Amino acid sequence: MGRKLLLEHINVPGINTFDVYRSKGGYASVEKALKTMSPDDVVEEVKKSGLRGRGGAGFPTGMKWSFLAKPEGVARYLVCNADESEPGTFKDRYLMTYIPHLLIEGMIVGSYALGAKTSFIYVRGEMMPQIRILEKAIAEAKAAGFLGKNILGSGYDLELYVQPGGGAYICGEETALLESLEGKRGNPRIKPPFPAIAGLYGCPTVVNNVESIAAVVPIVNEGGEEYAKIGVGRSTGTKLISAGGNVAKPGVYEIDLGLSVEEFLYSDEYCGGIANGKRLKAVVAGGSSVPILPANLFMKTINGEPRLMSYESLSDGGFVSGSMMGSGGFIAFDEDQCIVRNTWNFARFYYHESCGQCSPCREGTGWMEKVLHRLENGHGSMSDMDLLVDVAKKIEGNTICPLGDAAAWPVASAIRHFRDEFEWHVTHASEATTRNYGIAHYADPLPKPEPAA
Amino acid sequence: MKVTIDGISVEVPDGTSILNAARIIGGDIVPPAMCYYSKLAGSGGKCRTCLVKVSKGSEKDPRPMPKLVASCRTNVMDGMEVQNITSPEVIEARKGVVEMLLINHPLDCPICDQAGECQLQDLGFEHGAVKTRYEFDRRTFNRIDIGDKIQLHMTRCILCYRCVYVADQITDHRIHGILNRGDHSEISTYIQAAVDNDFSGNVIDVCPVGALTDRTFRFKNRVWFTKPVEAHRDCDHEKCNGKVTLWYKGEDVLRVTARKDVYGEVEDFICNTCRFDKKKTADWVIEGPRKVSNQSVISSNHYDFVPLPVLKTNPVLKEANKEQFERETRL
Repeated sequence: MGRKLLLEHINVPGINTFDVYRSKGGYASVEKALKTMSPDDVVEEVKKSGLRGRGGAGFPTGMKWSFLAKPEGVARYLVCNADESEPGTFKDRYLMTYIPHLLIEGMIVGSYALGAKTSFIYVRGEMMPQIRILEKAIAEAKAAGFLGKNILGSGYDLELYVQPGGGAYICGEETALLESLEGKRGNPRIKPPFPAIAGLYGCPTVVNNVESIAAVVPIVNEGGEEYAKIGVGRSTGTKLISAGGNVAKPGVYEIDLGLSVEEFLYSDEYCGGIANGKRLKAVVAGGSSVPILPANLFMKTINGEPRLMSYESLSDGGFVSGSMMGSGGFIAFDEDQCIVRNTWNFARFYYHESCGQCSPCREGTGWMEKVLHRLENGHGSMSDMDLLVDVAKKIEGNTICPLGDAAAWPVASAIRHFRDEFEWHVTHASEATTRNYGIAHYADPLPKPEPAA
Repeated sequence: MKVTIDGISVEVPDGTSILNAARIIGGDIVPPAMCYYSKLAGSGGKCRTCLVKVSKGSEKDPRPMPKLVASCRTNVMDGMEVQNITSPEVIEARKGVVEMLLINHPLDCPICDQAGECQLQDLGFEHGAVKTRYEFDRRTFNRIDIGDKIQLHMTRCILCYRCVYVADQITDHRIHGILNRGDHSEISTYIQAAVDNDFSGNVIDVCPVGALTDRTFRFKNRVWFTKPVEAHRDCDHEKCNGKVTLWYKGEDVLRVTARKDVYGEVEDFICNTCRFDKKKTADWVIEGPRKVSNQSVISSNHYDFVPLPVLKTNPVLKEANKEQFERETRL
């Protein structure tokens, strides 16, 4: 069992209040950073830690921070992306609900490292309770002198604001988030320029996920090298995984990166296996936008190596036989789930959330949704699968922001791995509306061939 | 800055986009653009028809760019190498984009007022597929009159945002914009307000499709039956220089538009007085017939090109030709 870094005190009663959080060693990283370290030292520690962005793309946070342009006389901003709306991901909401001071502590240290005098937490509009929790926590921190003018006598000023969004998935894309934060329509900007050069109000800006910012706290407390010892390879530290779907114990778990997927899925410490004694059919490993994998490919890579919960291992095999870490929204499907229906459901989500700015995504997501809806309801034809693959291919990579890719990957991967189930929906149209295809040959372990008599 | 597009090199100033560099070269290698408008700052990047492949980033950093890039919003670097029509990947992607653009666009060109001068029609003809693979209902909207001069038919809109930029940059204030998201997005005035100011008519000119049309011209005539003529007048509006194209049918001026260049972009924006109120020949100084590309349907029946000289080798014919030449040049 790994040591918890973020959720260590999550079960302490009243940890959401400043006093309890402080008594458990909270805000120590602020004291350490502001009193003993220069901003560049903090950036250096984060770089050493090898922390990778927890929002989905996995870009090293320290690199991102060091790319920030620092022109004279121009304000810099740190923006926390709490617009978590990926289906299957709920780790940030959990963190903000139960231990809001961890995020605020991370924001203070991060803002200090980047030299930001004003920082924002952009929270998704549906999370009204979390917005109130954060505002209360900010007020408490301010009363205790950790925010505002001259924090802890170091001469560093910081104002922290919470901004509710309108509740759009697209505003989780960093440039759309900045547009929305500026009060405009949440359309992604065309890059370059990247936010590190011209972001919020045209000033250099860093946008980080909630978990990335929270992870800065243990990094500063214990040092980047210490943090980097946890994990495997370039996947360092711990990660919050929001396990959902047909697992026995859904919830948010903090794991050391490099844990084997088998242990994560079947041990009682984490998911506790598949609910109701059923068998695993498929897994979406990192939130709805990553490719779906059948159980046999999820447990072992194509080369027969056991898969680990790490950025590299999950993407082993590329898009042919791998998936992605994504934002850690782990969804397991048991043998009774219909992949076609699930793929349609995801496609419907992306169709609903496409901003409508660039044409491949605006029109293609709707097209895929309609074809999948037809397939699911037994009106499909055999050529629909090739059509879907072709549409997905034409969306992927041709759009302004990654939403187009995110919409295309689940559809393309579902057809790649579960083509026979899609075909069964066409050939057994009336049956498909009453029962599911079942586990077929996706199960783990693969059924042993009958011994030759 | 030296940039090579499809093997043709050109020197361009710093800060030029790939699309504009290609336009300096001209010809077939210019990527098509549906949303980019060189006169409107910030436009472009949305329709994705101008996608190109950057096979060499620059002299300093020769790595190719991982994805296709929108050439209208990507600036050239020194030594950049770009593939447009020489890359099968680009051709394929462009075909996909055209198909996407046509998914929710009605395929009823014969009854559309824009037919003949529609950029989407040309784009579909040049880069699209023969047949649509889309088998579902298309989104439809009712026609809305925004003001007494302009009609909006959202069904035909491809959401290029050009008219939004025009309202922002050319007119005094903008009262229309994009509502909703995804393929439900629509250009709207929210509560049906009239778009009414001195330069509002320019949204008609910038619209690449038949979504915004001139109510004073709608269905008066097919554009290829009219005769375009360059003309100007002394306009007293300080932002309008009065250089226009008049579209004649017989003696009547059916419509007045701004002059468009080879890429379908207006040269100068004109005011509403010139566009809607001056529809008599007496109001204008005629400069001459407008040159229309012989690729365009508008040029049908306009034989303004010089026929190639006929080479005669037969001595009898040579003699006859000389006679004919003398007869014709005698007067």
